[in-house]
Amino acid sequence: MWDIAESFRLAFGLITGADPELGRIVALSLGVSVASASFACALGLPLGALVAVKEFPGRRVVVVSLNALFGLPSVVVGLVVYLLLSRAGPLGSMGILFTPPAIVIAQTCLVLPIVAALARQFVEDGWHEYREQLTSLGVSAMRAVPTLLWDLRYSLLTVVLVGLGRAASEVGAVMIVGGNIEGVTRVMTTAIALKTAEGDLPLALALGLVLLSTVLALNAAAYAVREWSVKHHG
Amino acid sequence: MASGPAVRLEARAVTMRLGDVLALDGVDLAFEGRVRIALLGANGAGKSVLLRTLHGLMKPTTGEVAWSGEAPPPHGQAMVFQRPVLLRRSALGNVEYALAVNGVRDGERATQAAEALARVRLSHVATRSARTLSGGEQQRLAIARAWALRPRMLFLDEPTSNLDPTAAGEIERLMGEVHEAGTALVFSTHHLGLARRAADEIVFLHRGRVAERTPADLFFRSPRSPEAASYLQGELP
Repeated sequence: MWDIAESFRLAFGLITGADPELGRIVALSLGVSVASASFACALGLPLGALVAVKEFPGRRVVVVSLNALFGLPSVVVGLVVYLLLSRAGPLGSMGILFTPPAIVIAQTCLVLPIVAALARQFVEDGWHEYREQLTSLGVSAMRAVPTLLWDLRYSLLTVVLVGLGRAASEVGAVMIVGGNIEGVTRVMTTAIALKTAEGDLPLALALGLVLLSTVLALNAAAYAVREWSVKHHG
Repeated sequence: MASGPAVRLEARAVTMRLGDVLALDGVDLAFEGRVRIALLGANGAGKSVLLRTLHGLMKPTTGEVAWSGEAPPPHGQAMVFQRPVLLRRSALGNVEYALAVNGVRDGERATQAAEALARVRLSHVATRSARTLSGGEQQRLAIARAWALRPRMLFLDEPTSNLDPTAAGEIERLMGEVHEAGTALVFSTHHLGLARRAADEIVFLHRGRVAERTPADLFFRSPRSPEAASYLQGELP
């Protein structure tokens, strides 16, 4: 039997006492999530914007595929990345399976389509508003991509945060390619899964609380930035 | 600025089909030199479509739009829209962006943009975010941005609608200054006062056709087409 209130008390103790294990796990989690969200955004935002403004044959297929990849099952991504990175796989020689870079690759694969699909939607809506004006000024579709990404930066911040949140809360793929190795690839989500199974509820709860507050803080920050931008930039 | 052979724009048998609607129906027009043309006509007569077609934003279904003389498009002409779309950057940044797109070198952009803002009397809001400017200021910024490209012909689509009389008066004054500095003006409007004061010639459109093209003073005294006559009667108190 366990007492939920007691678990919460212990969890808060771990957080306020800056438990070293908790700290390591949180730091790794944030590190890999920020890295994968950055890669996914660096590729996904321009890609989504390009699909939004550029007319090309097969564009509809690309749009539908992007939207479909939105719901990509994460364990399948984990499996594919595992196969690619395993000793016998095409990228096996890199020897990065069960290391943080493997987690970053898997998370990037998961977040990239989400970022690209959302960016496509935002930028396409923006393009409807800007198209005539930009074309009139002599702006080509290619040139419009960075212009729109910059002009819609406050809306796209939401996309970045969705990507970051998705990366941070990912379990399945991270478990497969990371291996949940203590001190190496144990991140918040996989630790929660393991600690819950082991019955170490205070640590699981503490991690859950940190995860929740991280996501909350990020979204609060994004909200504040958007409010500020509407006030100052219209 | 007003050197070199005069700019000439010619629309030949231009038709524009938008879905089931024939928005332009065999338009023949030629503008040469530093003209001041007002396009008049009821809503749906084809004024905006004609402006966009002349500007090059829309491709005619049949017929052609041809430029000759100095500075062909895109550099030789620009357009100011009824509701200008300004970028989320400073007023100055908006003009600099247009200059950058049109190949003005980095070192000259800031100076030229500042001059453009000064011409429309917006220097005091140069660093303000463009989208927080008032409607009238936004339209003046749009004129500064288009004017900075040194067009030989400037198209304006209902430039004073949505503006209060003071702001509209300021736009009218600016249009005069743009023309004075050597640019031809072609604008659509529902403000007959603006058309009377700011245009030398009126092109009256009716259901996608040019019903008449008449010197402005004559047009308002005795329009030649029955369509224009009834339009004026309906519009003027």
